[in-house]
Amino acid sequence: MDALVQLLDATIRVSVPLLLACLAGLYSERAGVFDIGLEGKMLAGAFAGASAAAVSGSAWIGLLAAVGIAVFLALVHGFASITHRGNQIVSGVAINFIAAGSTIILGQAWFRQGGRTPPLAGDSRFNAIELPGAAALRDVPVIGTIYSELLSGHSILVYVAFLMVPFTWWVLFRTRFGLRLRAVGENPAAVDTAGISVTWLRYRAVICTGILTGLAGAYLSVAQNAGFVKDMTAGKGYIALAALIFAKWKPVPAMFACLLFGFLDAASIRFQGMPWPVIGKVPVQFINALPFILTIVLLAGFIGKAIPPRAGGVPYVKER
Amino acid sequence: MAEAAIELIGINKSFGAVRANRDIHLEIPRGTIHGIIGENGAGKSTLMSILYGFYQADSGEIRVGGKPTAIKTPNDAIAVGIGMVHQHFMLVENFTVLENIILGAEGEALLKTSIAKARSELERLEREYGLEVNPDAVIEELPVGLQQRVEILKALYRGAEILILDEPTGVLTPAEADHLFRILKQLKDQGKTVVLITHKLREIMAITDNVSVMRQGTMVATRETKKTTVEELAELMVGRRVLLRVEKGEAKAGEFKLSVKNLTVKDSRGVTMVDDVSFDVRAGEIVGIAGVAGNGQSELIEAIAGVRRAISGSVMLDGKPIDVIGVADPGELRDRGLAHVPEDRHHVGLVLAFEENENSILGYHDDPKYLKGPFLNIEAIMADAKDKIEKYDIRPGNPKLKTANFSGGNQQKIVLAREMEQDPGVLIVGQPTRGVDVGAIEFIHKRLIAMRDAGKAVLLVSVELDEIRSLSDRILVMFAGRVVGERGPDATEGELGLLMAGVEHKEAAE
Repeated sequence: MDALVQLLDATIRVSVPLLLACLAGLYSERAGVFDIGLEGKMLAGAFAGASAAAVSGSAWIGLLAAVGIAVFLALVHGFASITHRGNQIVSGVAINFIAAGSTIILGQAWFRQGGRTPPLAGDSRFNAIELPGAAALRDVPVIGTIYSELLSGHSILVYVAFLMVPFTWWVLFRTRFGLRLRAVGENPAAVDTAGISVTWLRYRAVICTGILTGLAGAYLSVAQNAGFVKDMTAGKGYIALAALIFAKWKPVPAMFACLLFGFLDAASIRFQGMPWPVIGKVPVQFINALPFILTIVLLAGFIGKAIPPRAGGVPYVKER
Repeated sequence: MAEAAIELIGINKSFGAVRANRDIHLEIPRGTIHGIIGENGAGKSTLMSILYGFYQADSGEIRVGGKPTAIKTPNDAIAVGIGMVHQHFMLVENFTVLENIILGAEGEALLKTSIAKARSELERLEREYGLEVNPDAVIEELPVGLQQRVEILKALYRGAEILILDEPTGVLTPAEADHLFRILKQLKDQGKTVVLITHKLREIMAITDNVSVMRQGTMVATRETKKTTVEELAELMVGRRVLLRVEKGEAKAGEFKLSVKNLTVKDSRGVTMVDDVSFDVRAGEIVGIAGVAGNGQSELIEAIAGVRRAISGSVMLDGKPIDVIGVADPGELRDRGLAHVPEDRHHVGLVLAFEENENSILGYHDDPKYLKGPFLNIEAIMADAKDKIEKYDIRPGNPKLKTANFSGGNQQKIVLAREMEQDPGVLIVGQPTRGVDVGAIEFIHKRLIAMRDAGKAVLLVSVELDEIRSLSDRILVMFAGRVVGERGPDATEGELGLLMAGVEHKEAAE
């Protein structure tokens, strides 16, 4: 029981950055702007968050810095792919490279710790929150354990991430903004002829993406870990994209997809070095590769046909 | 004359070096149906896009209800009561009818109240105009006729007094088109003004009160429909006399060139698109396949031409079987004298980024006459391209020009020249005159007849019933993947229209 709770607890923790990045991608891609640069924005956010938190001593200022830089990069992506109708994949990849390179260079220049930021402690980090009554319920069997061990004791960003799921659903399917956002990803010409600006709508979508990737980055460096380490996103932005496709661009399935990938990740850490029946010891590298292998298997046809937003990846040009 | 709903005064618009609209003056009286005709590229759509705020004129004035009005965005147009039904529907296909109707006119930030309001408003519009449609249906599941109705409802929901329709009948069956015309007449009776853009002269004569003709960006004439004739309008459109009827003699059908037996084709989703189809095409005849777009004609010719694979059935070319099920080899079919003019010249027939001369040999580039050892023989290719340009009157006559810079009609001529000049025994032609000007249509039709008279077998697929009727020696009608009837060239439009709508087919099945 304890082992299982620990595994699930770890699953929640490692799922959060995936979930935030996945929802981030959802806003952008639903609006028809593909974003392979989730990874880069998250990384830049993680670095900016840890740096600002280390310098200011406040996790909240770190969060603000993370969101700020991620939104900035999202706007760069928007400028290239919306305003100038550039190739969205190229722009996204460029942002990933810029983030990967500049975080190391700036980190070394500013802190001289081999690309790391100074370790964060106390108020410069988001600490665990005890949910009310967690201590009292601790000894109640099953429910108490689940509540106090699994649900309680996470940082605020974990709760924000999971609350973003119903919120995103509500925005997409219950608000005017959501209706227009979905429409512009399917048929921008319909939006244009209805008298709505395609450009401004898509910019708002990528800003949402920026905010959420910023949160994801801040979570990595200021909540889950105590500081920035180079390349700390380690492909999470790409896994989030895979989860997004797996979830067919829907918020609630996106949560489950991210939890599944998170579970694999948590399990791979837990089962590292453990001998398996029959096979014996499995190399660590193979365990680490499992989530990626599963991604390929799942995407290769186990999910039925995933139909992306129809105008995805295509810059909008008025036809004559 | 009644008060003008819209006046356009001295409208000019250029796209780069192309002057799409030159000094256009137009007055559209309130409560009438006003037709605007012209060839492709005459500037009709540009003019209407300016009126709808999609583009802005370089100079000129728009008056709505007598008042000078600046229309900078579609919003401005909607605000003064102008609505537009575009040629390609501006609908979000996986949204419901209601969602599409409120898009951009939601009113409030939350959808709940605006959807409820739209639902009751929609009911009122349905009652008032007889425009019935299920508000909760998803657009992609509706037939095109109903999708168009949603477009009209969208405009009316926004309070349109002036409704512009751009080529509205291109995708409709004759019956659906008649229904649309009844709706338009009803709208007119309710005091709305309708502007109908089309290149089909018959529609103009059938429904409009007045008609304006555009040619090469200028407004050449406005006539009262009752006082003009089809011949006069065609001449105004093209700028010279046009032969609207195709002149052809009796067919001298010879041996069987192409025999299709029990051919069944499924699309990528596994839906049966061609269902057990059999027919023959003989030398010296044109067999036309009529049908509303999407009833399997495209899949049928693609399967025969080796572009798409069949599930079962067989096809014989000159008495020898061709493999329609195994690995496709369109190149081999070309060698055996089967030429194919695909329906979609932009995506299948041409590489638009190539120069004209490159496209004029595409698919035949392995022919020794275009080669010098392992290399292309540029001189021979250029000479060949120039020869085709002359024979087919392709304009501008520059084989070095990028294909994308030719007009639709001239692009089509490039494809036709390439396929016909190979002197094939069998020619499969899909939508030969889609998006092609009246003048070029006449030319293409003459060429097809010449092919026939030279003893070639021609299989023609077209959604234009007039074209099928005037060219074909035999007409097959396809509905829901099956050939539901065969008629002679003298079949009436009504008779074919019923077959195309599957009426007889359904009765037979019951």
